[in-house]
Amino acid sequence: MSNTSSVTQKAKQGRGWRGVVASLLIALFVVEISMALFVKRADKTYAISEFAKLPLVFNGRVQPMDSLARNSLLQIRGITEVPLEGNGPGGAWGTWEELRTKGSELTERKWYQFSKRPKKLKPAEWLLEVVANPKLADDRYIFVINHPDLRSLMKLEGGVEKSGLHFYRYNDIKDNLQPILQAEAARASKLDATLRTPYDRAVLQLSSAWTLYFRLKNTLQPEDSKDFRKELDDYIAAIKHARSEAQERQAAGEKLDRETIDRLLEPVQRIAQRYEMMARMDTPLAVPLPHPGEKGHEIWHRMGDALMESNGETMAEPVKLLAGISSAYQAGDVAKFNESIKTYQDYLVSQNLTKDITKSNRETFFNQMLAFKRSMYIYIAAFLLVLLYWAGLNDVWRTTASRLLMIGFVVHTAGLIFRMWLEARPPVTNLYSSAIFIGWGAVVLGLVLERFYKDGIGIAVATCVGFLSLVVAHNLALGGDTMEMMRAVLDTNFWLATHVVVITLGYASTFVSGFLALVYIVRGVFTKTLTTETGKGLARMVYAIVCFSTLFSFVGTVLGGIWADQSWGRFWGWDPKENGALMIVLWNVLILHLRWGGMIRERGLMNCAIVGNIITSWSWFGVNMLGIGLHSYGFMDAAFMWLMLFVGSQLLLIGIGLTPSRFWASSGGISSCWPRRIGGIVASVAFLPWIVVFVSWLVGKPVSSKLAELIHWPTSGVWWTCGIAFVHVLVMIMIAIAEAQGRQSTPSVPSPSPAQG
Amino acid sequence: MFERIAKSLCSLRLTVVLLALGIIIVFVGTVAQADEGLYQAQERYFKHWWVWGLHMFGYKIPMFLPGGYLIGTLLLVNLTAAFIQRFQFTTKKLGIHLTHIGIILLLLGQLTTDLFSRETQLRMAEGESRSWSENGMSYELAFATDVDGGKEQVVAIPETIVSAQKEITHEKLPFTVRVKTYWPNSDPAFRAPMQQGEPPLTTNGVALAFDFRQIPITKSMDSKNVPTALLELEASGKSLGEWVASGWTADETMALAVRRSYLKQAGPQMADTILARLTEMQKFTVGGKEYRFSLRPTRAYKPYSMELLKVTHSVYPGTEIPKDFRSRVRIQHPAKGEDREVEIYMNSPLRYDGLTFYQYQMVGEELAMQYKETPSTVLQVVRNPSWLTPYAGCAIVSAGMIVQFMIHLVGFISRRKTA
Repeated sequence: MSNTSSVTQKAKQGRGWRGVVASLLIALFVVEISMALFVKRADKTYAISEFAKLPLVFNGRVQPMDSLARNSLLQIRGITEVPLEGNGPGGAWGTWEELRTKGSELTERKWYQFSKRPKKLKPAEWLLEVVANPKLADDRYIFVINHPDLRSLMKLEGGVEKSGLHFYRYNDIKDNLQPILQAEAARASKLDATLRTPYDRAVLQLSSAWTLYFRLKNTLQPEDSKDFRKELDDYIAAIKHARSEAQERQAAGEKLDRETIDRLLEPVQRIAQRYEMMARMDTPLAVPLPHPGEKGHEIWHRMGDALMESNGETMAEPVKLLAGISSAYQAGDVAKFNESIKTYQDYLVSQNLTKDITKSNRETFFNQMLAFKRSMYIYIAAFLLVLLYWAGLNDVWRTTASRLLMIGFVVHTAGLIFRMWLEARPPVTNLYSSAIFIGWGAVVLGLVLERFYKDGIGIAVATCVGFLSLVVAHNLALGGDTMEMMRAVLDTNFWLATHVVVITLGYASTFVSGFLALVYIVRGVFTKTLTTETGKGLARMVYAIVCFSTLFSFVGTVLGGIWADQSWGRFWGWDPKENGALMIVLWNVLILHLRWGGMIRERGLMNCAIVGNIITSWSWFGVNMLGIGLHSYGFMDAAFMWLMLFVGSQLLLIGIGLTPSRFWASSGGISSCWPRRIGGIVASVAFLPWIVVFVSWLVGKPVSSKLAELIHWPTSGVWWTCGIAFVHVLVMIMIAIAEAQGRQSTPSVPSPSPAQG
Repeated sequence: MFERIAKSLCSLRLTVVLLALGIIIVFVGTVAQADEGLYQAQERYFKHWWVWGLHMFGYKIPMFLPGGYLIGTLLLVNLTAAFIQRFQFTTKKLGIHLTHIGIILLLLGQLTTDLFSRETQLRMAEGESRSWSENGMSYELAFATDVDGGKEQVVAIPETIVSAQKEITHEKLPFTVRVKTYWPNSDPAFRAPMQQGEPPLTTNGVALAFDFRQIPITKSMDSKNVPTALLELEASGKSLGEWVASGWTADETMALAVRRSYLKQAGPQMADTILARLTEMQKFTVGGKEYRFSLRPTRAYKPYSMELLKVTHSVYPGTEIPKDFRSRVRIQHPAKGEDREVEIYMNSPLRYDGLTFYQYQMVGEELAMQYKETPSTVLQVVRNPSWLTPYAGCAIVSAGMIVQFMIHLVGFISRRKTA
């Protein structure tokens, strides 16, 4: 490479303050990750971290309380933490209970309030409240209700607000759940998914959140129980009493008629009725009742069923132990609570449930590792560093970025492998894990490219695709448990490991080639940094990756056909998902033939590769939105808008890529001309919604309630949007810097012609 | 002139155009599935030479497109022509040749599958034995009568002939059948005693107990069209009366669905009575011979029988997610002296006698208890003589691509090293 000498020269510049900053940055991430992995924080009072690890069965699988808590909070609240403090009217700060007395304007901590560290409930802490002390839990702001019509239907006022999202307590909504919400939900659920309005969807969302909350409350005890442990003793005593009295009377020669028996059993019935109610609810299976020697018998039971199964002489041991835990917590007895947890754990070990315990210990560790969230942060940092490098500042930023990317990749991989180990499955089992895997595959390809070309492009693409796909994964996780059990058809590791993995790699590589093309066009049109050399390098990369994705998408598609032939007897059924995959194959093949026939050259190749982005996103998500076929996962309305935004942005960039080369900054064209101005304006308009959200986030209020209604994302969606908008602004700044530099040293910039094709 | 055509037939430009058209038709055909239904969209867009008028996102678009067959055939011609014209054996091109041979094989395989593959279904309750499978999409009007030797003689009239609503005669039938009305899709309703509003459709057979009415044709994948016809039978100039022949009476799955719909409101006993009334074979006598008739799913008879021994249906604890479903089946083939048991479950079909039997649907023990039925299974029966071609095609194409890209990659790396 001709620029090797300049690279080494720049590397030398890297020592000095920049080197120190770079090393500090890397050290920061490494320390943060190792802290999270190896530093254990002891529980100050209640042994919450031990409670978090207790196993139970939900969604058909053994999981720790921690997972149940996280997934439930994601479904109900959208965020896995429950803050207990915030801002009140007139700048007051305090707990919600205090602030409520002063006024109804409650908001969560604003991003700029660095000095405030609100107390928060961790997921397991919140779940403990729900299962053991529902009265307390009813007072937490967890139900997110944003639609104005739904708020007025439920006669809601106040609540806690955060960036335009409104949270309410169970106590706020309980009066209007039945029959008002129930009736609305019944109506909305009958509608076809595609016909539901945002309001209908909000109703259904709230109704399912409420149902889930209701189930959780009745997991360990009837929700109205004051001291469940004592209640159990009373129950047994009542049964014994009734029985002995009946026996005595019979011994005395009295003949007991129906009425007398009913009267005798009345105290028992009163309690038993509540247990029967519990048994009818679809609660998590929290009680282990092992039957030693009996094979094939289910071990885990619902508390309600376990209570109904008791023979009247005594209660099953685990029922008593679990009741002990909840009673101790409700009574506020820390020592007793911790002791009950310990006793229950010992009991589980004594019943040979070590397998379940280990599984839930591991999963708790995995949950708390937050591997994918951490790698997201690292990818953002690495991407920003690459921008710095392109802005021509210093090579040290590129090497730092590549090291950061390596760290991010290690964390990402660790998370991926840990997940596979937990599930005993290949990496991709559902839409969520496909997003994780696409990101991972893209990072691998980016690393390989960077290894060959050392110009930051590989890093930029790896971080972009890695970050975006993890954002997608994060939003998919809002749907609930991401490690759900596989239905019978899918329950085959062989096909999951071959067809699904290969086709997902096909998606990943198509995205990588598309994003490489984006780099080409953005750098070519808006900056002077796209030299002939860089352009040729990019074209080679795109070509190589397109070859790659042709292979993967083709093999993946045909393997899918063979799987279909194995499981229901048709190789090809024109199912939407199959067709989507076929479109990717055809498109990649088309690009290759166009290139071989000389019908497209460098720029045509780039524009075609961007079209690949559109087709892949359609195939990955679009077809699922049709709501038909064997692969349909239900209509995903929230994702639809994002898909449209993505497709729109890609079309916009293709449009920009098609402008004549004299308008390209990199071809030495006039730096300010009308197409570029128009391009700039259009680009800004496309990003306008994001900017509006960003501003609304800054001021802490929705700038436009109409827009908020239109968008109505889960809370974190807003966060990520802001992140993207922020990055976009940074890109603009970088471009400006690069242009300023380019203008100063015009002669040193070779004037290439990237638009040969 | 001929040369020009030959040249354009093997040109790369044609390949490119065809690939682009292929992408478009696949996209359009996929989107149309939401509006037109899976099967109709497949037929109209992929299994036709031309497509007139598109149906997308709820809109009708007046447009013309070449259909899947045309594009596929032209691609095949283009590929073969180019292959023959440009074929030169060099190791450098080995990968490309392999890839294209594989693609040709895949296309041919798909074509033969389209032409020769047949799908039927085999439904059995536990303990039942069957020697035929049924077509899930079409019906036949079958007349049966006993002949000498305890055998049954069956004349089956395809649905296409019945739906023409004309007079039907057959040499083996001593009567004519006049189809007065024919509804492609219909719905039954039990004529509960004491609540009869309107008079029955006819005064014979099943019509006394059930009302049938026409409903719009369904396009959804989860429901099917069940036809009903009103027939008038006539023997030697004398009418034998009007009769209703409905798919509801002879299609076991649909009849059971009727029973289930009455189960809750009427109770199991009444539901059983309703089912018995619905499925009771309709009979009439001509010339001293008794004829039974029904509009039943088209049957494909086999020289062997299958008996369902046991179904297993398990779910993950505390959920409705199916974990495993399998049928244990006994095959009896008297001609071959075969009598053995096999297990058929998801991803593990039985290949037997040129057919493949897949586990398809199931009413497991728990569901059967809830419905108070016998547990049953439905097997998908597929005849596909070319089922092996995709396997071979895939292997060849993959090998070809890997070879080709390896050549590229090695060249690229060695060039970089020397640079």
